[in-house]
Amino acid sequence: MNNSYLIKTEHIKKIYPMGLTTLIALDDINLTFKKGEFAGLVGPSGSGKTTLLNIIGALDSPSEGSAEVLGKKVETLSHRSAAHLRNWYIGFIFQTFNLLPVYTVFENVEFPLLLQNIPSPKRKKLVMEALEWVGLADRANSKPAHLSGGESQRVAIARAIVKKPELVLADEPTANLDAENSHHIMRTMVQLNEELKITFIFATHDEKVMRYLKRKISLNDGKVEKDEIFELEVKK
Amino acid sequence: MIIPRLAFKNIYGAGLRTWLNVIALSFSFVAIIFLQGLYNGMNNQVEKATIDALYGGGQYWHNNYDPYDPLTLDNAHGEIPAALQKLIKEKKAVPILIWQATIYPHGRFQNALLKGITPEQTILSIPTSVLKTDEETIPALIGSRMAKSTGLKKGDYVTIRWRDVNGTFDADEAKIVETMKTNVPDIDNGQLWIPIKKMRQMTAIPDEATIIVLEKGSQFNEKFDNWKRKNLNFLMKDLRALFLTKSIGGSIFYILLLFLAMLAIFDTQVLSIFRRRKEMGTLMALGMTRSKLIQLFTLEGAMHAILAAVVAAIYGTPLLIYIASTGYGIPEVADSYGFALGNRIFPVFTAGLIIGTTLLVLIVTTIVSYLPTRKIAKLKPTDALRGKLT
Ligand SMILES: Nc1ncnc2c1ncn2[C@@H]1O[C@H](COP(=O)(O)OP(=O)(O)OP(=O)(O)O)[C@@H](O)[C@H]1O
Ligand SMILES: [Mg+2]
Repeated sequence: MNNSYLIKTEHIKKIYPMGLTTLIALDDINLTFKKGEFAGLVGPSGSGKTTLLNIIGALDSPSEGSAEVLGKKVETLSHRSAAHLRNWYIGFIFQTFNLLPVYTVFENVEFPLLLQNIPSPKRKKLVMEALEWVGLADRANSKPAHLSGGESQRVAIARAIVKKPELVLADEPTANLDAENSHHIMRTMVQLNEELKITFIFATHDEKVMRYLKRKISLNDGKVEKDEIFELEVKK
Repeated sequence: MIIPRLAFKNIYGAGLRTWLNVIALSFSFVAIIFLQGLYNGMNNQVEKATIDALYGGGQYWHNNYDPYDPLTLDNAHGEIPAALQKLIKEKKAVPILIWQATIYPHGRFQNALLKGITPEQTILSIPTSVLKTDEETIPALIGSRMAKSTGLKKGDYVTIRWRDVNGTFDADEAKIVETMKTNVPDIDNGQLWIPIKKMRQMTAIPDEATIIVLEKGSQFNEKFDNWKRKNLNFLMKDLRALFLTKSIGGSIFYILLLFLAMLAIFDTQVLSIFRRRKEMGTLMALGMTRSKLIQLFTLEGAMHAILAAVVAAIYGTPLLIYIASTGYGIPEVADSYGFALGNRIFPVFTAGLIIGTTLLVLIVTTIVSYLPTRKIAKLKPTDALRGKLT
């Protein structure tokens, strides 16, 4: 892996067929992300934020160009290798939390570790650590149905970071949360970024999220419009 | 090991939905096993009744005897070989002389077969002892089907007309000494049982017979020039063929049930894939491979079948044991089936039947779970996450 960057996209294009014509969701995206960044893709609805995030997360591949993520070229990965990459190195946080309803909080967070075949005592330790991080250790045995939106998203964060990933991708993580909960989870993620050196990339149009970003990449119509880096400490 | 664990958690977590599915599937288990057991029971009962009343332990046929061609009966009789005579004397065999005749019940004309048999015989379960009589009149025993078709009752007289071995016509009156209820049409339809001694006088064929019925379990197997040994397998061939055709109706039912069970599983699997596509997207995002996803969903389907087998065993075992001991009443259909059926069928459940059915349902469920699950393999993670199924 090249140490100077974690992610590098070169001339990425994503084209969707739309009946007779095509829709260009991403158009010539050239970006690099270094380890430890706390960056956000911002822009209006339909600007391509989710599409780009999915390509970086190896959930999708570009129509043209190349996306190198953690030393792997996403467009050349087999399904199996892409799954492996996601399982070990990338955490996802979704707008709708996407917790598994039949599992407890503990089991939800434990899930990625099960896929990694990590032995039970170590799993238990890692899960409890992750739950401590998000302040939900006492809810380990609850079912997702009994959690508030804020709590659910914190469980999702715990699930994303439990495996100590290189990279966490969060698509509109605050869209279903009120202001207080939004700030709470953003502060948690800032802490994780600073203390565990986990790289975070967000897709958002939420002003509350933007206040925490150390880098803001503005997308419009599938193109990068602006790429700003804030040297200052996050304004709280 | 992770996949079975997850599958178990998923179906356990699904709660009521799992149980509804499992109970529905368990009905199929019990119904399929019950039907198969009923079929086995019918089969056994028919074979046993027919052996008791008709085939004994196998038969010797006179070379000319052809049960499908009554016209051959004139020549289908012969002297009984000494070895067989010895058996008859020891009551280990019974001779039957079969002859064609015409009867005139209530003035109508009807063809009939006369079957002469030793009244004292105990080899066949025909109540021939009623034929023991000192009267001059010919005593005749008929079955209830024959009684119905001729309108003859116990105590009635009926005129019989026949030709003796020389072709000379003769006629006499016979008295119906008994009508017997039997499950075996082949000792009933169109026949009159009369003492063989009388028959030999009537036909002027002394000491001869058409067939010799051996006692059950007889190992006697000597070869004779004019007689052929017919073993039970041969004798039962027609019966078994008949039984097979008659029970095709039953097997259609069986296939239908299996099909319904499949449909139930298929339906749940398809439904759960639609319902759970976002969950699948999440699992993919968390790094689950396609093959693991397929394994998981297929196993969930198979586990439904295993649970269903357990549930079916819990309520099905006492139920089937009860039915097997009390029998299953089928009063009217029995006769329309055209073979020997009692009023009650005692289903027979063999270990092979139960294990076979369980395996069959398991395999079918697994296949039927796998098919819709394969669709997942075609799902793009991004589409699954957006709740789309393409
Ligand atoms: N699977 C798809 N098929 C066709 N078009 C798609 C597909 N996915 C996304 N698009 C289109 O691509 C464009 C970019 O979509 P994308 O979801 O990346 O936008 P976004 O910036 O995340 O918007 P939002 O803020 O609403 O989430 C949109 O016009 C969208 O309709
Ligand atoms: Mg989006």
